[in-house]
Amino acid sequence: MQRTRELGPDYFHKVVDCQWACPAHTPVPEYIRLIADGRYGDAYMINWKSNVFPGVLGRTCDRPCEPACRRGRVEDEPVAICRLKRVAADNKGDVAARMPPVTTARNGKRVALVGCGPASLTVARDLAPLGYELTVFDGDTRSAGMIRSQIPRFRLPEEVIDEEVGFITALGGIELRLGQRVDSLKALLDDGYDAVFVGSGAPRGRDLDIPGRREAAANIHIGIDWLSNVSFGHTEKIGKRVIVLGGGNTAMDCCRTSRRLGGTDVKVIVRSGFEEMKASPWEKEDAMHEDIPIINMRVPKAFTHENGKLTGVLFEVVEAVIDDKGRRKLVPTGDLDEHYACDDVLVAVGQENAFPWIEDDIGLEFDEWHMPRVDAASFQSTLPNVFFGGDAAFGPKNIIWAVAHGHDAAVSIHKFCQGEDVAVRPPPGATLVSQKMGIHEWSYDNDVSNDQRYRVPLRDKHEALKDIRVEVELGFDRELALGEAQRCLNCDVQTVFADKLCIECDACVDICPMDCITFTEDGDEADLRGRLKAPATNLTQDLYVSGKLPTGRVMAKDEDVCLHCGLCAERCPTGAWDMQKFYLEMTHAGGLRG
Amino acid sequence: MTYILKPQLHHPALAKNSLGYTRRDYEGSVSTLCAGCGHDSISASIIQACFELELPPHRVAKLSGIGCSSKTPDYFLGNSHGFNTVHGRMPSVLTGANLANRDLIYLGVSGDGDSASIGLGQFAHAIRRGVNMLYIVENNGVYGLTKGQFSATSDKGSKSKRGVVNTDAGIDMVSLALQMGATFVGRSFSGDKDQLVPLIKAGLAHKGAAFIDCVSPCVQFNNHTGSTKSFDYVREHNEAVNRLDVITPRDEIRVDYKPGETVKVQQHDGSILSLHKLNDLYNPASRAQALGYLQARQARGQIVTGLLFVDPNAGDLHDAVGTVETPLNALGEAELVPGAGALERINAALR
Repeated sequence: MQRTRELGPDYFHKVVDCQWACPAHTPVPEYIRLIADGRYGDAYMINWKSNVFPGVLGRTCDRPCEPACRRGRVEDEPVAICRLKRVAADNKGDVAARMPPVTTARNGKRVALVGCGPASLTVARDLAPLGYELTVFDGDTRSAGMIRSQIPRFRLPEEVIDEEVGFITALGGIELRLGQRVDSLKALLDDGYDAVFVGSGAPRGRDLDIPGRREAAANIHIGIDWLSNVSFGHTEKIGKRVIVLGGGNTAMDCCRTSRRLGGTDVKVIVRSGFEEMKASPWEKEDAMHEDIPIINMRVPKAFTHENGKLTGVLFEVVEAVIDDKGRRKLVPTGDLDEHYACDDVLVAVGQENAFPWIEDDIGLEFDEWHMPRVDAASFQSTLPNVFFGGDAAFGPKNIIWAVAHGHDAAVSIHKFCQGEDVAVRPPPGATLVSQKMGIHEWSYDNDVSNDQRYRVPLRDKHEALKDIRVEVELGFDRELALGEAQRCLNCDVQTVFADKLCIECDACVDICPMDCITFTEDGDEADLRGRLKAPATNLTQDLYVSGKLPTGRVMAKDEDVCLHCGLCAERCPTGAWDMQKFYLEMTHAGGLRG
Repeated sequence: MTYILKPQLHHPALAKNSLGYTRRDYEGSVSTLCAGCGHDSISASIIQACFELELPPHRVAKLSGIGCSSKTPDYFLGNSHGFNTVHGRMPSVLTGANLANRDLIYLGVSGDGDSASIGLGQFAHAIRRGVNMLYIVENNGVYGLTKGQFSATSDKGSKSKRGVVNTDAGIDMVSLALQMGATFVGRSFSGDKDQLVPLIKAGLAHKGAAFIDCVSPCVQFNNHTGSTKSFDYVREHNEAVNRLDVITPRDEIRVDYKPGETVKVQQHDGSILSLHKLNDLYNPASRAQALGYLQARQARGQIVTGLLFVDPNAGDLHDAVGTVETPLNALGEAELVPGAGALERINAALR
């Protein structure tokens, strides 16, 4: 098969599974090493450049990095990447001086940003240092969009939001017009902005139109609206018996919030099975920890009511069967319908986009699902000066995706305003540097820790449930953080092989604890995968293949479960193996890296 | 030398043998030899062979003398019995241990200095007595621990790293073992595990004195142009006479080769040595032919490897001496103190 070094820097990026999986491509192993080294401020700045909201994300991220983490393939659980990010934020000290200087020079371009959530704030962060005049509109009176309105305070304290929004607004050139909802895109365009960014989210909670909905309306609430009312202090109480309908993360926030506003008997009731629920496993765990049962395979049929007051919800019991075409379907079991009594219902069955403020006749096209036509790479709409990002672009996702969209949209907006082609995307910056310090010494700690994943300490449940503003997770302290950081396998420190130096002594094969390395006759990839010392069955992981060696064989390394312990390089007599750190930074607007 | 321990984590699909052990369970501590040392590959081959033979680690005794090679038992079979003896005296200690406890599997590991110089006499006598063991010489043709002087197995005319030409005749350990009556003789190369692992398995299963001469390049002092024990030289001059598969009584019998190309030899323990001929003329059942063939090829500068001689019906020292079947440590008071009557009978027999 083709030798690997002709495949380009994407090859090494892919080996760093966490960074590859992160929508913003945060250099995860690098900041984890800095945390282990006690350099929390440095770790924070790497995060800040890449994902803009380390303190927020360190508490709330959906963590696409963790299921991708190589550690999860060599033992039970991945590294607690997300909560290590929080450690960097908690211990960073004063980083104000390390932020980009306030820009006073203006480049004469004006950009309007609709919505003050993570996508718009990322665009603002990236464009402000380039001298743009940025105006951010939001219907809410407070900044940060869903970060503030939908994530409960017991998961994310307000100070964290204020600090990280503050880092952005301090950059200069940004005007927040809060409480000023944009009602017309046409009017906004007529104001003469050079570009408009739409980061207005997916603000409409889906309703459940079943019998009794209208009659019992007073005690049936749409989840995200209710969370937002709680967040802004408009709602302070809920009935004792609460049913939350829905199995996503919003449902988990709804039920846990209910527990803090007077709900003593709170249940989550879901159509699907437990495993199929959209909520992240840890969010389900957190809800159950607060004595909230999750009842599955129940489809809501009707809201029951008496004298105009809600009395409960009637459910049909279903089971999952696989039909002829192999599709999973929910069918009624034929059991009697079940009735659950309650005082209030929170409906958290999904969110939708809504663009009533975008006129039909201004040239901005929508698709059959009423979503704007947006280019997946440039985030440009069919109106060349209007860009979308976050949930507004491709429907509900999560904060880290909004940030990634924001970076890309900012690149496009800058190019557009400079008269450049938005289709030409800037390549990321990448370096590959040897970590060799001595004969058997490396500039990273190559000794692999055997520790199991550390649990984040929680506040006492009784105390946590008393006050909605009290944060439940206490975060890792420095000692726990060091232990957890040491579990990272340093996947960015790559095993790099130089064909010409190899004498085929087999030392690397003999020492490799994971049987990753094989010297064998060349073949095509499928053939090679079956002939390695340990068969390479994970097809999402590449093979690293050398050119022909003096005996006519090739070196083939399966990247799948490599511990990056460096023993192949330590036992190599000729330096054919070397441990080299691959550092990849995305290029943001104006060529800034982060 | 590597400072960290080899990580305990292993490949999720790592196989277990019938004892429930993985290959990793047969490892020892991390090698302190130079990076790239051929000896480490031999250690890896011993680990692989013991794993495949499903040997209970506590039933193996590994003994060695002094030198780089003799350090290696620390790097494999960390849960087996070990004895690092005086320089060149491993064969005697092994013989004694074997006589005392015939139930263990004996693995002697030595080097060209330990066996061809200071221990030459010990080596010769352990072989000619037919001690039931596998004796491996990790042969790099150089004194690596003392910075690269020629050893007794360095070939005449080969060059040291400093350019000095060897004027002494080299001792060929394989010919010596054949002449001393070894009943299993093989030669291999640390860089060819496909050949070495089955040889070690067959040698461990052999009853009687089994000997393997394993050429093992010293990357530090004997891997240069002009050396006859370098990776490049051995690869260029290696002439394998056969390829071996060892089929234990537990294994399924697979037929990989056409009839006529393969010779099957059953050993004492029931294991079958399936020998695929690479050279039609070579007959591993004849000691005399083996010696002749070796001499002829050696004169042409070739290194003959493979299973060179085997006598599957060989006996061992215990058969010759007529020792008791039970290991000495398992004999009870009744057997050890047979009483005055027995003494009387012995004395009477000698009058």
